[in-house]
Amino acid sequence: MTTPLAQLFKKTQSENRAALIAYIPAGYPTQEGCKAVIDVFADAGVDAIEIGFPYSDPVMDGPTIQEAANTSLNAGTGAKEVFDALAHATSRGVPSVVMTYWNPVEKYGVQEFAESISSNSGSGVITPDLPVDEAQPWKTACAESEINSIFVVAPSTTDQRLEKVTAQCSGFVYAASLMGVTGARSGISSGAKDLVDRIKKVTDTPVAVGLGVSTREHAKEVAAYADGVIVGSAFINALSGADSLDSGIKAVRALVEQLALGVREGRG
Amino acid sequence: MSTSSKDQIDTRAGHFGQFGGRYVPEALIGALDELEAAHNAAQKDPEFLAELAHLHKTYSGRPSIITEAKRFAEHAGGARIILKREDLNHTGSHKINNVLGQALLAKRSGKKRVIAETGAGQHGVASATAAALMGLECVVYMGEEDTKRQSLNVARMKLLGAEVIPVTTGSKTLKDAINEAMRDWVTNVDSTNYLFGTVAGPHPFPTMVRDFQKIIGEEARAQVLELTGKLPDAVLACVGGGSNAIGIFYDFIKDKDVRLIGLEAGGDGVETGRHAATITGGTPGVLHGARSYLLQDENGQTVESHSISAGLDYPGVGPEHAYLSDIGRAEYRAITDAEAMYAFSLLCKTEGIIPAIETAHALAGALQVGRELGKDATLLINLSGRGDKDVVTAAEYFGIPL
Ligand SMILES: Cc1ncc(COP(=O)(O)O)c(C=O)c1O
Repeated sequence: MTTPLAQLFKKTQSENRAALIAYIPAGYPTQEGCKAVIDVFADAGVDAIEIGFPYSDPVMDGPTIQEAANTSLNAGTGAKEVFDALAHATSRGVPSVVMTYWNPVEKYGVQEFAESISSNSGSGVITPDLPVDEAQPWKTACAESEINSIFVVAPSTTDQRLEKVTAQCSGFVYAASLMGVTGARSGISSGAKDLVDRIKKVTDTPVAVGLGVSTREHAKEVAAYADGVIVGSAFINALSGADSLDSGIKAVRALVEQLALGVREGRG
Repeated sequence: MSTSSKDQIDTRAGHFGQFGGRYVPEALIGALDELEAAHNAAQKDPEFLAELAHLHKTYSGRPSIITEAKRFAEHAGGARIILKREDLNHTGSHKINNVLGQALLAKRSGKKRVIAETGAGQHGVASATAAALMGLECVVYMGEEDTKRQSLNVARMKLLGAEVIPVTTGSKTLKDAINEAMRDWVTNVDSTNYLFGTVAGPHPFPTMVRDFQKIIGEEARAQVLELTGKLPDAVLACVGGGSNAIGIFYDFIKDKDVRLIGLEAGGDGVETGRHAATITGGTPGVLHGARSYLLQDENGQTVESHSISAGLDYPGVGPEHAYLSDIGRAEYRAITDAEAMYAFSLLCKTEGIIPAIETAHALAGALQVGRELGKDATLLINLSGRGDKDVVTAAEYFGIPL
């Protein structure tokens, strides 16, 4: 099985750079606005897109993404909008995945969810609150639908457990840069590099770093040791801080352009 | 493995049939493993058990007594009604049983800080109390709505030296307080233990909290046998997350002839959608780290619960209850706000005991079940807490000017 996401990492590795992975929740700031953001991602240099499934109880997320999820949920976003956004992203030729807490997947139907990812040309799903110990039915569904299952590991994950979790990951391994929740921060935690080094010892699957990455400098720093750089809250801040959708989109474009430079500078 | 069905019994630790487990960020797995190991070791350590028993005896007031409620029983079909008096514990409810155990564990593990979530404030007060006793820093997360509904308990926690953080996200109630406590824990896991207040959440919490609460049923079973010479026909308790209910049920599970009946918060009535009757009116899914029943919409988003009782106002329920319901060992019924408040007032006037409004749901269940079983039956009710904290709510409900 090879997905567009897996092919992307082959390409960026051959270019000796990191991939830029951008997150946006479906339905944020509106469903149309989300698609406009996806268009900018595609045009301005994002390598892969994560569509967030907004959830009522997001324990891995800090205030920025919580508020975006609330805005989106209040507008009625559900599975339909998530797959609509996914289809839009993949139609632009960008390898794309969905990031979702587990309960919406169970409610939708585990096999059905994997199948809908596949039928909308998605590459896989990131499941931040599904430990591999509970993931057997999901792994089976992903295998049947030929999509990637991406699990998150953290600085607290032991070496022994890293081996177990990364063995279940395909596409990439999501390395949480710090112990904490999503949200833009002033610097990258020193634990991030240590974690990536430990992951690289137990798997050949590409490793992408998320949590707290928000500037070109951060992207450059992370790109020095990781295969992918994940940015989320910084885009939401750009959109929520703007006085119109247009100016928000402009701010997103400027940020993407900066980050795209960053992921190419790290190995310099 | 195919998809899990309820006929496939999952025998891994922390699983109750298809329910339970651990659905949490990977960052917490290490801490949960550590907690599980600490708990398992403590349960086998005579020194730990002796220390906890000493606290029960000299601090929280165990064993709690049983009281036969003869005048109340006249309204319950004449059945014999026996109350297990957890309301007489220090801090006024069963919550102290769990918190003393968990705080002792935290101290043994060298943690200096504990965090807790609270709805009604009873678990927060119990946590603040145990933290003061053991010299631990304590932070309590409480939904902003609940800090207003239960302002007296906020003051109590502060007097006890705890920091109370009002949670303004989501529905601003218990479920959001749990989310915020989880976020704190992910961030501060090295220094901090999370004192979880009920038998929900990721493994080991449902098992650990049950182990600290099962003393209620162990005592009550012996006390009822001594008083009546036989086992009760039914054991009743209110169910929020389910800790006082599992606490009194657990030692009776082996007694197949004893009916176990959990009373959920029916709010305005399950048919109105405004309720917190998770097993009666919910569906299986994952919330706060475990698979169980929950109130959710067609997209798997948690739906807000409603109850006059802040301590039962929770859209989830412990996984062991979900399992006991599925296998038919325990029954769950919904009691409306109005039924609960009737039973509340009745206990006040017939027995001179002001119960917590949570507990009043169990008492309303006793009125129903007593009438169904008649005067030869004996019912054991968990009187999980006292009603001091609810005086304002009750006065407003009954139109008593303050
Ligand atoms: C007196 C009392 N009873 C019952 C409950 C409900 O919790 P649980 O179902 O875990 O016993 C609470 C919760 O605050 C309570 O204060």
